[in-house]
Amino acid sequence: MNAASGGYRRRPLNWRGGLAVGAFLVLWELLVRFKVPGIATVPGPIESLVVFWNKYATQAAYWQSWLASFRRVLLGFVFAQLLGIPLGLLLGTRDRFRELVFPVIELLRPIPPLAWVPLSILFWPTHEFSIVFITFIGAFFIITINVFDGVRAIRREHIWLARSLGASEARIFRRIVLPSVLPAIGVGMTLGMAVTWNVVIAAEMIAGDNGLGRLTWEGYVSHTSTVVIIGMVSIGIAGYLSVLVISWLERRLAPWRD
Amino acid sequence: MSTATEARHGGLSVRRAGKIYDPGGAAVVALEECTFDVAPGEFAAIVGPSGCGKSTLLNIIAGFDRLTSGEVLLDDAPFATSAIAPPPGPDRVVVFQNGALFPWMSVLENVIYGPTRQQVLTAHAARDKAMDMLRRCGGLDTAAERFPGQLSSGMQRRVEIVRALMNEPRVLLLDEPFRAMDTVSKAAMHRHLLEVHALYPKTVIFITHDLEEAIYLADTVYVMTTRPGRIKRALRVSLERPRSRDMLASQAYLEMKRQVAADVHEEARKAFERGERELA
Repeated sequence: MNAASGGYRRRPLNWRGGLAVGAFLVLWELLVRFKVPGIATVPGPIESLVVFWNKYATQAAYWQSWLASFRRVLLGFVFAQLLGIPLGLLLGTRDRFRELVFPVIELLRPIPPLAWVPLSILFWPTHEFSIVFITFIGAFFIITINVFDGVRAIRREHIWLARSLGASEARIFRRIVLPSVLPAIGVGMTLGMAVTWNVVIAAEMIAGDNGLGRLTWEGYVSHTSTVVIIGMVSIGIAGYLSVLVISWLERRLAPWRD
Repeated sequence: MSTATEARHGGLSVRRAGKIYDPGGAAVVALEECTFDVAPGEFAAIVGPSGCGKSTLLNIIAGFDRLTSGEVLLDDAPFATSAIAPPPGPDRVVVFQNGALFPWMSVLENVIYGPTRQQVLTAHAARDKAMDMLRRCGGLDTAAERFPGQLSSGMQRRVEIVRALMNEPRVLLLDEPFRAMDTVSKAAMHRHLLEVHALYPKTVIFITHDLEEAIYLADTVYVMTTRPGRIKRALRVSLERPRSRDMLASQAYLEMKRQVAADVHEEARKAFERGERELA
């Protein structure tokens, strides 16, 4: 925690991480080139990149897959936060409400998001709604539970002192409870974002007619394994970018933490 | 006690205070017939083993907890009884053992929080006062824009004492503020606290389980029994002010320590054998 510069510090570029990604790609290429059993039928990174560059990089449909998946993730994720954060705060601060609602949450929470697929296809008018809803489920319980735990971890000394220093209950909520819970919101969002990508891809494979998940599935169905690789790598990059955005948001919202 | 005359108020009188915790039927008597007086501007230390009800007593004075019997008078007015629980207020501010600065506010924001919230000072005036107090209390003004997490625990505790003093409290309540510190930091904090108390001579109630620090800092040392907590013994400290570490080797100091050490150790042993833990 070197705070000599006071405010926001630039992080040095993580060259070790870059090196590891490079090494992984080289190893993959070598395994394919030397036809190591089990891997021989997988296209190598160079072949995939060539196909990507010649066929997909300039293809509107490919980028629309990105857009479609991102839109679903964003919608499901944002709705999950909008409902989950207030719900978690209520569960953590209102005992009666918690007693009433918590068992319902605990019953629904263990159901995997994908188990919701059949029901949501029946319930929602379009597949698009279904996919967004399933994505929402993926992030909703995570953020709710994290915020709830965050409220319960608030130090009572902070609340006591705020009262001693003359803060009203409304102010305690805004100036003590909310900032105390921000780190937990950050954790819930990071975990939720990763799950959201998992869920959206699977849901697209089952019920979608576009998106990165669908792209990957179509590559499999049509026996074009380079497309499978392109789809998978695209999903990885998309998920990574989303988590980067969340970490950036976290640092902006809670600058006192490191 | 040269500074006591400057303090206008802050006299505290605890009369036969009792506190019974009753979580699900198993009544636990934390305090019983606990009686003592603290004069305005006096530095009182309460020494006792873990779980003897020291913190309970402090929480009752601060308004975080309620008496079950007896009363507490502040400047001769009954103020906490089993019927009246005073709300927490800026006239009785606690500094907790693990520190409770708000991590999301800068040092300055923490320190001005009380006066600006109570609207006794404008933001501008509070800022000026805060910077002045921070500077006087060991040059802390240079850390005003930092977050508490960027400071050492000793510095955090010093800021926290300034935050309490900013409210012109009648009583400053210190709940084992140096417990988690190493010996060297602790010695530095003792000197600091003595300087601050000379500068701002408020009534202080200082809770600790460390007899040596209690004698070194306080005007009066009260030894508390293990649960149910009551005052077993009071000791007027005859060391003059300003205090220095040389006094820790003086005959007078050693004599006082010898007088009460047996009582303190006896209570500590009882608490240890019963496996007491902190209540509040």
